[in-house]
Amino acid sequence: MINKIIFNLIQVIVVMAFAPLIKGILARLKENVQSKRGPSIFQPYRDIWKLFHKDEVVSDQSSWIFRLTPFVVFITPIFVTLLIPVLTDYPLFFAFMGDMLGGGFILALGGFFATLAAIDTGNPYGPMGASRTRMVGFLAEPVFMIVFFTVSFIAGSTIPYIVQKHWVTPLANFFEPAHILMLLAFLMLILAETGKIPVDNPSGHFELAMIDESKGLEYSGRGAALMKWGGAMKFFVLCCIFLNVLVAPWGLAHGNELGNVLLAVPLILIKIFIFLLVLVAIESSLAKLRLFRITEFLGAAFVTSVAAMIIGLFFM
Amino acid sequence: MNEPELLFSFFSKLNALTGGFFLLCAFGLVAIRQMLTCLRLYIFQSLLLAVSAILIGYHYASIHLFVVAALTIITKVFLIPWVLRQSVGYDSFSKREISQVLNIPTTLLLSAAITIFAYYIASPLLTAAGAGIFEKVNLPIGMASLLIGAYTVTVRREAVPQLLGILAMENGAFFAGISIAPSLPLIAELAAAFYVLITVLVIGLLAMRIHTIIAKTAVGKLMALREE
Repeated sequence: MINKIIFNLIQVIVVMAFAPLIKGILARLKENVQSKRGPSIFQPYRDIWKLFHKDEVVSDQSSWIFRLTPFVVFITPIFVTLLIPVLTDYPLFFAFMGDMLGGGFILALGGFFATLAAIDTGNPYGPMGASRTRMVGFLAEPVFMIVFFTVSFIAGSTIPYIVQKHWVTPLANFFEPAHILMLLAFLMLILAETGKIPVDNPSGHFELAMIDESKGLEYSGRGAALMKWGGAMKFFVLCCIFLNVLVAPWGLAHGNELGNVLLAVPLILIKIFIFLLVLVAIESSLAKLRLFRITEFLGAAFVTSVAAMIIGLFFM
Repeated sequence: MNEPELLFSFFSKLNALTGGFFLLCAFGLVAIRQMLTCLRLYIFQSLLLAVSAILIGYHYASIHLFVVAALTIITKVFLIPWVLRQSVGYDSFSKREISQVLNIPTTLLLSAAITIFAYYIASPLLTAAGAGIFEKVNLPIGMASLLIGAYTVTVRREAVPQLLGILAMENGAFFAGISIAPSLPLIAELAAAFYVLITVLVIGLLAMRIHTIIAKTAVGKLMALREE
């Protein structure tokens, strides 16, 4: 019992500690592909450290939402971390507090507050980015729903610990068509939700073209640091859901000892690194879509997930 | 589980996976804007058809299906793309924006509805026939691909994607056919393969003629006959 609480806390610490590293590695790899040297992989840590030591400026026209939002954005991925398998393949203390759908809602709450905060200050770029994020968000929502319904239908549960066992017992389940199609849909969803290239350019500095980044433009100092860190953690958590629950439920700790659990840390990092290579290949080979083409991209994701559901339904 | 059973379960899952990608290719053929990508998708779809034929052929120990797979690969993966490129010409293939009657999300949603409809009409057939695991995948997906192919023909305005729609219909019919009639006479398959090739040649040449006369292949906008 006490063990499980400790492991749960270790999960949270791992997510908090390694999320900026993942972001740094991704940025570095992308630059390397463009044959540049790129920033150090520890740059996000330095950014966050620097921002924590700067003064914070908050507009006196803004309301409490603006002040609260960095904390909400920072806290929500941590809550989701408590629910999903990051290191162990057996349920931990908080695992039954919520299922994958619950995790999705908690992440959406962070996004919701970020949107409100962007509108709050009345800065012209904020609401524009916020409304675009909403557009992407409400197109992505049905895909999320259908993917989770398909998962719950096939695996018989939406608790991630039960779902991940289903794919590998027996191994033939892994090649179920519904599973593979769902993976495709979820990959497209991750690209849209975390503002990766076919949908949004995360390294762009042109405010008019921004979707995801422009929501945090008004923040400075501690607020900006928390927003950055929270964004990195959200990406890490989505990677964990994608990799540990849906794609590759291998390499998680079986045993109850601390050593086993700590051994799972490098394994999950390696898995995420491989995923980052795929992501870099996608981001470097595609062009950013025009805004009104995003509906087509997410429409394709939706149809893929619906196809997964139909096939899953009739293959039983 | 013992060895053959495990192999069977693996094969049936793999066949279902092929079916899933086959359906996705049909979706891609109706919705993707680049002409070259459409052609590649068609090639990929034909490859999937061959894979499915090999898997089912192995299961039923049917030599016919292996021949079907070989024929599919020869005609649809190599000959048809080659004939199309020769007859239509590079100009039309480098086109990146294919105009459509409906916009893409609507098209995709309608295709999803068509798929559900295909499953709906296939399910009584499946229950009546007491179908096995292969029929359960191939019949509805083949039917869906057939209907989506027909839909592609109506919704696209360009000649070559319309042709690819017809070819996707043919692919769908075969995909359903190999599961319900694994020992179809060989002559029928040979005839079908040859038939498709000739169709492609004729339509390709026609498209090229249209292209030389009106400098585009958007046949959807040719409404009236005019004397020259």
